[in-house]
Amino acid sequence: MTLNKPVKSAIFHAVILGCGLMMLYPVAWLISSSLKPSTEIFTTRNLWPSSFTLEHYSNGWFGLRNIQFGRFFLNSMMLCVIAVIGTIASSSMAAFAFARIEFPLKKILFALMLGTIMLPGHVTLIPQYIMFHKLGWVDTYLPLTVPKFVGDAFFVFLIVQFIRSIPRELDESAKIDGCGWLTLYWRVILPLSLPALITTAIFTFMGTWDDFFGQLIYLSDIKKYTVPLGLRLFLDSSGSSNWGAVFAMSVLSILPSLFIFFAGQKYFTQGIATTGIKG
Amino acid sequence: MQKYKAYLAGYMFLLPWLIGFFCLYLSPIVASLYLSFTNYDLLTSPHWIGLANYKSMFTDDYRMLDSIKVTFNYVLLSVPFKLAVALGLAILLNQGVRFLGLYRTIYYIPSLLGGSVAISVLWKQVFDKEGIFNAGLRYFGINGPNWIADPNYAIYSLAGLSVWQFGAVMIIFLAGIKQIPNDLYEAATVDGAGVIRKFARITLPLLTPVIFFNLTITLIQAFQTFTKAYIISNGSGGPINSTLLYSLYLYIKGFTFLEMGYASAMAWLLLVIIGAVTGLLFLTSRYWVFYSDGRD
Repeated sequence: MTLNKPVKSAIFHAVILGCGLMMLYPVAWLISSSLKPSTEIFTTRNLWPSSFTLEHYSNGWFGLRNIQFGRFFLNSMMLCVIAVIGTIASSSMAAFAFARIEFPLKKILFALMLGTIMLPGHVTLIPQYIMFHKLGWVDTYLPLTVPKFVGDAFFVFLIVQFIRSIPRELDESAKIDGCGWLTLYWRVILPLSLPALITTAIFTFMGTWDDFFGQLIYLSDIKKYTVPLGLRLFLDSSGSSNWGAVFAMSVLSILPSLFIFFAGQKYFTQGIATTGIKG
Repeated sequence: MQKYKAYLAGYMFLLPWLIGFFCLYLSPIVASLYLSFTNYDLLTSPHWIGLANYKSMFTDDYRMLDSIKVTFNYVLLSVPFKLAVALGLAILLNQGVRFLGLYRTIYYIPSLLGGSVAISVLWKQVFDKEGIFNAGLRYFGINGPNWIADPNYAIYSLAGLSVWQFGAVMIIFLAGIKQIPNDLYEAATVDGAGVIRKFARITLPLLTPVIFFNLTITLIQAFQTFTKAYIISNGSGGPINSTLLYSLYLYIKGFTFLEMGYASAMAWLLLVIIGAVTGLLFLTSRYWVFYSDGRD
C-alpha cells in the first residue's frame, strides 16, 4: 500500500497531536470542572460546561476559616522571590570563580560540588532539620530561604558551562583597562551570562513553588502556609465534599508555573537539554 | 603577587558556596552517619545503640520491607516505560519538523506540572472508581477497578503519574538526536538501508550516551519520589502500605514518630541502594554505551 506524501504527513500529525491532547485531557478536565456547576462535575462527559460559574473559585478562596487563599499565594510568592535572588547571586559567584579564576584545590572543589548533585537529599535532611531546630528556625521561613544564598550545585554547573563559552579575550582587555575581579564579574561576565541566569531564575522559581516536602517539614503555623500546603490542608478539610473548590484552587496553584513556562519557553528547552533537570 | 590576589579573589567568590558546603553538606553527612547508630528523638540527647537500627530495618520492621518492595516496584514500573515512551516520541517528532515547537510544548506540560500538589490531587480523582480513566475504559467495555483505593492497583496509578511526565526526558532525547550527523543517514540511504536499519545501526548506538544519562537521572529521581505518594495516600502510604515509597516511610519515621536515628539509618541505606544501582549501571555501560569520539 502506498500513500501519497500529504496524506502520510496528515496521518502523522493527527497521531502526534491526538496523543498529546489525550495526555493533556486530565488537565483540561481539571480546568473545565473548576468552572462547572457542582452537579455537572461527575455527571457529564462534556468538557464544555452548560453554564460557566466562578462559584468554586470564591468558595475555595474563602473556604478556610480565618485565612484566605490569597495569603498562601503571597507567602509562596515571597519565598520564590527570595529564593531566586539568593540562588542567582550565590550560584553566579561560585560559577565565576570556577570558570575564570585560578586558585589552589579548584579541581577538587569542583568535583565535590558535582558530587553534591548526585547525593540524595535524605542523607543531609535529618541533621539539617536538627540544626535548624536548635537555631530556633523551625516554623520560620529561614530554613527555606537562607540555604538558597549558598548556591545550588546544579545552577553553578549550568552557569559555569555558559561562562566557558564567553571569549576569554574580553577578560584580558578588561584587565588591561584596569578592571579588578569584582568589576569583571559585575560588568562583563554577569551581563553576558544573562540567558543562563534567566534559566536559573525560572527553574529556581518553579522548584521553590512546588517544594512541598521542604515546606511540609519546616512550616506548621497556618498563617505561614504556602500554596502547596494550603492546597493539601484544603483537600483534607473539605475534600470530597467540595471537589469543585479543590479543583478551582488547584487550577490557581498551577497558573504561575504555566505563565512562567510560556513566557520563558526557549530558556526551558535550553536548560533541560544542558543539565537534565526537571525530570 | 598577582597570583595570590587571584587566589584570594577565587576564594572570596567561592565563599558562600564553601560555607554552604560545610554547613549543609559535609557536617550533616558526618552527623547523619553518626545519628544512624543512635536512638534520637530530638528532645533527649542521642543514645548510642550500635547497629541496632540497621538490624531492625532488615529483621523486625515489616513496613520497611514493604516499603523497599513498593519502591523497587515503582522504579521498575515507571523508569523503563518513561524512557521508552520518551525515546519513541522523540524519534517520531524528529521525523516531521513542522509544528515541532507546538508538540514539544504539549508533551512538556505534564512534566512542568507533574510535581505539584494540584496534579496529585487531580490524579486521585482521575483514577478513582468513578473517575475519568475508568469512564474511558467503559467505552471499551472494561470495568476498571478503583486504582487508588485497591492495594493491588494503587502502585500503577503512581507509576502512571510518573510515566505521564516523560516530556523533560523526551526533550533531552530530541537534543541528542539532533547531534547525530546527517551525512551518516545519507550514506546509509545510498547503501540502501531502510528506516528500521537506520534506527538500529545509527540512531540507537549514537544515542546510547544520552540513554545512559537519562536512565541514571530518572532512576535516582524515582528512588526519591515523595509528593505523589504523600498526597495520593493522604500521607499514610496506604492502602495496606501499597504506596509506601521509601521517602514517604522515611518521612513518617523521622517526622511523625521522631525516630531521627532510625530515619538517618534509612537515609544511608537509600544512599547505598542508589549508589549500588548507579554503580552497576556504570559498570555495564562499557558494554552498551558507545562514545563516537573514540572514548572507551
